[in-house]
Amino acid sequence: MVIAGIAVITLFALLGLVLVLMERRVAAWIQIRLGPNRVGPGGMLQSLADTLKLLVKEGMTPDGADKFLFNLAPFIAMMVAMLLMAPIAFASDFQLWNLNIGVLYVTAISSLMVISILMAGWASNNKYSLMGAMRSGAQIVSYELSAGLSIMSIVVLSGSLNLNEIILSQADGWWIFKGHIPVVIAFIIFIIAVTAETNRAPFDLAEAESELTAGFHTEYSGMKFALFFLAEYINVFIVCAIGATLFLGGWMPFHIGHWQAFNHVMDFIPSSIWFFGKTFFLIFLIMWFRWTFPRLRIDQLLDLEWKYLLPISMFNVLLITLMAILGWHF
Amino acid sequence: MFILKYIKEVFSGLKSLAVGLRRTLYYFSHHKEIITQQYPDNRDTLVFPDRFKGEVVMVHDDNNEHACTGCTACELACPNATIKIITKFDITPEGKKKKAIDKFVYHLELCTMCNLCVVACPTDAIKMAQTFEHSVFNRAELTKVLNKPDSKIREGVE
Repeated sequence: MVIAGIAVITLFALLGLVLVLMERRVAAWIQIRLGPNRVGPGGMLQSLADTLKLLVKEGMTPDGADKFLFNLAPFIAMMVAMLLMAPIAFASDFQLWNLNIGVLYVTAISSLMVISILMAGWASNNKYSLMGAMRSGAQIVSYELSAGLSIMSIVVLSGSLNLNEIILSQADGWWIFKGHIPVVIAFIIFIIAVTAETNRAPFDLAEAESELTAGFHTEYSGMKFALFFLAEYINVFIVCAIGATLFLGGWMPFHIGHWQAFNHVMDFIPSSIWFFGKTFFLIFLIMWFRWTFPRLRIDQLLDLEWKYLLPISMFNVLLITLMAILGWHF
Repeated sequence: MFILKYIKEVFSGLKSLAVGLRRTLYYFSHHKEIITQQYPDNRDTLVFPDRFKGEVVMVHDDNNEHACTGCTACELACPNATIKIITKFDITPEGKKKKAIDKFVYHLELCTMCNLCVVACPTDAIKMAQTFEHSVFNRAELTKVLNKPDSKIREGVE
């Protein structure tokens, strides 16, 4: 158990490095640039060098700040991200904490993220930081609704809150294939909502480089800034892992009906590769969104949630419930 | 009916997002489109666009002859006094005095590469070169004399 815990924490640090590098590469290729290509072979060590730079920088605390809360906020962000790692099934027999309300746990803990952002914004004693934090609060509170409803639709279909049981219910096909169009709609709404929940562009109003300098982490530097940065990327990984677990079958291999030979070949690929492949596909999707779409204004952002995503997902949940009762899915 | 309009709005929104995603996926997967120049490494093979303007130079042919008559059209055209032409009087074989340039002084540090002098020149004596590494340690090096020593005006250019 201890070894497994250490492995997950190591994965935590490694993911930060890999995801930052991946983001910069994806951004560069989408913008017809080369991206990092000087440090190490093909720029592979770029994020390591950045981490080294952040480690030796001074972590300043502004004079007017509430010192205790200011220094506490990045650790809360980090802790929330770490807590979320616990119930994720990384492979068919590797899950740190198999609790029977895994889905509820993940949705509950992930909304704690907003506390660290509000704390950072408030304690910085800076107008821009506070504005960024307030926007982030409004955004996370509203988008949690549609994310929750689209997660609910899978809970309705599989009849369980346990992440492991949800994965096992997809042995004969992932929900996105078994659930017809309503589940595809739920999946699209889920991806949009989690992009907003993790404060990434096109919904990056909490950071808003152009109008709020950097929003809630304007006053942070050195390793404290790095913790926020790391927590953001870990959160992206976690929401993508949850999305892969609920909609794409987690570590479940890709099976087609009764094609025995094909299914056996798919079973030979290790389950951890299936899990990470699906998760990284979703991460790529979210990065792709970031570098394609223009940013939204705050009123457009709330319009999108309350006028479009929420009514559609409510209707969708009803439809899926009907489907589950009448047994219309495969 | 408003519900139809609502559904239409959702679908047209999704369609426009898909168009954007397709374009960026094309760039993501087609690396031959990359426009980054790895500058100091590819200094020998750099290719410039035709209209790149680096600095003003005077064209000299093999006989060390140029086409500048010293008409000062370029000096008048220049918006920020980058060009200063110092003229002298040559004595032609027939004993007549003829105006010619002594020095074509060009202040690179003032030049904005606007190309107005090249447009103004009636005899195409000056043009824009494609050099660009202009950094020097001494500011005086930026004040250049464009006509080469002992050069003279080409026969037949008036």
